[in-house]
Amino acid sequence: MPSNTNTRPDQQHYVAPIEETPLVAIDSVKAEGKPTNLWIDAWNDVRKRPMFWISSVLILLVVIVALFPGWFTQTPPNNECYLANSNAGPTEGHPLGYTRQGCDIYSRIIHGTSTSLSVGIIVTSLVAVLGILFGAFAGFYGGWLDAVLSRLGDIFFSIPYILAAVVIMSVFSQYANVWVISLAIGIFAWPATARVLRAEILRVKNSDFVMASTALGVSRFRILLRHVLPNSIAPVIVITTISLASAIVAEATLSFLGVGLPSSTMSWGNDISQAQTDLRTAPQTLILPSIALSVTVLSFIMLGEVVRDALDPKARAQR
Amino acid sequence: MAGYIVRRLLQAIPVLLGTTFLIYFMVFAMPGDPIVALFGDKTPPPQVIEQLRARYHLDQPFIVQYFIFLGNIFRGDLGVSFSGQPVSEILAATFPVTLRLAALAVFFEMVAGVTIGLISGLRKGGIFDASALVVSLILISLPIFVVAFVAQFVLGIQLGWFRTTVGQGAPIQDLIMPAIVLATISFAQIVRLTRASVIDTEGQDFVRTAASKGLPRTRIVPVHILRNSLIPVVTYLAVDFGTLMVGATVTEGIFNVPGVGRTLYQAIIRGEGPTVVSFVTVMVLIYLVVNLLVDLLYAVLDPRIRYAK
Repeated sequence: MPSNTNTRPDQQHYVAPIEETPLVAIDSVKAEGKPTNLWIDAWNDVRKRPMFWISSVLILLVVIVALFPGWFTQTPPNNECYLANSNAGPTEGHPLGYTRQGCDIYSRIIHGTSTSLSVGIIVTSLVAVLGILFGAFAGFYGGWLDAVLSRLGDIFFSIPYILAAVVIMSVFSQYANVWVISLAIGIFAWPATARVLRAEILRVKNSDFVMASTALGVSRFRILLRHVLPNSIAPVIVITTISLASAIVAEATLSFLGVGLPSSTMSWGNDISQAQTDLRTAPQTLILPSIALSVTVLSFIMLGEVVRDALDPKARAQR
Repeated sequence: MAGYIVRRLLQAIPVLLGTTFLIYFMVFAMPGDPIVALFGDKTPPPQVIEQLRARYHLDQPFIVQYFIFLGNIFRGDLGVSFSGQPVSEILAATFPVTLRLAALAVFFEMVAGVTIGLISGLRKGGIFDASALVVSLILISLPIFVVAFVAQFVLGIQLGWFRTTVGQGAPIQDLIMPAIVLATISFAQIVRLTRASVIDTEGQDFVRTAASKGLPRTRIVPVHILRNSLIPVVTYLAVDFGTLMVGATVTEGIFNVPGVGRTLYQAIIRGEGPTVVSFVTVMVLIYLVVNLLVDLLYAVLDPRIRYAK
């Protein structure tokens, strides 16, 4: 170490001139660089990951199949079932064989897609709306409103949502359809989202930019809407993607238990439920819809995973 | 400490009242005849309807009905199943089996999950870590009944390693396969939680201190890293108890395990609404008690919780 070479008269120790230290690089501002924010960062991170593209393509495929089942199969899923074909293997034009009732398995899987996806989307929308309302008001306004909303959330959180949905669907079994089952799942699934958002808002609402807005005289509600909510929504997006997957599983579980959709509705859960007695003799009638269900759920889980890694700096560091 | 316990117990009261009220409200405050609605498209015998009407005091105002229902629960009177057996008796007979199954499942998921999570966390970014991530994502995506059927088909029917249904008295060797199936629900989450926690702990100052004072890796990993990484995992087990109960309902139904879950499963399948309501109420109460106990236990273990406001 050159201890004395560069010492100035009034200095006892060597002090490096600022231009020679790494601090310059750290402190420098790249004026010509592109402006960035959380979302641009996240996009740049996400698009480098193969898992993002795999899950996106799968989800896109599921959405197309759900919207246009006619593009994929001409065989009607419910009619033209002949008992002569019961549990038969694949034949020309029916690549996956037949169910016990002699219906085309491939066609039933294709037509069941929209049911699962609809339930997933309706439940997720409901959970997002309720969770954001409860979480945002509880976290931002605090005080007695927080106490009331949080205790209410505790109550809904304490009933496992599938058990709650079982009770609701037992009462409303005559009215069972996609909307009722989505409501039954969603009405008990929102507290998790509300809790996550509330915690995030508690963190964000003490930021300097909130104080600046208050000082400028912006109304409380406007601050919540324009400044606090957009800055605390990231964890909600992550949990929402995963809740879409859970909702699809919940619908299938309820249908499997026999308190889900009526058997006339095309649903993977129903098909799995009806095939369970044929596990020994015709396992494909059970396995094939299970694969469709699991792949759909997997693609949403993978997307949630990638999005979480991109939006949560802690998760990114642990990768 | 005493203050914390009292506060936590007081907090549990509104939640307890709220959950029971909510269940009761869902069933009995809806328009139409709740008794008939509970049976769906099946028509119960008129005696059953009469008996249920008397039991739930449907001639009284709603709020009075609710308090009678609540009083009955606290006296241990949970109603009568369709075969005429009191629900509390059925619970007493089936609960030990479910407890054994659940304990076995928690044991499997803890041993396997923590081990794999620990290795993944210590070798972050390696091949083991990457394959553990893929396997755990796939396991999260498989609904429990799919896992159960695949296990039943492959391990039970094709390979013949396990019996596909559980025999009389639910001996422990018959419970192994259902327990493994039940363990798969939370296994993946435990792996991921342990991994994150291990990575977090590894960066802590006390781990660096332990390494710099020359402790061998064989001591740092189990004593310093693993023990401190387990706290969030244990908390997760309590939060996840609800999933375990739902999973037990499906697993016990499929493997014919004579536990609480199968009784609920069969009541659901047969459309015996009132029995379903009784069982769900009991399960929610158990869930609340377990979470309360874990919170109290947690306060004993971690002084930070005790003294925090």
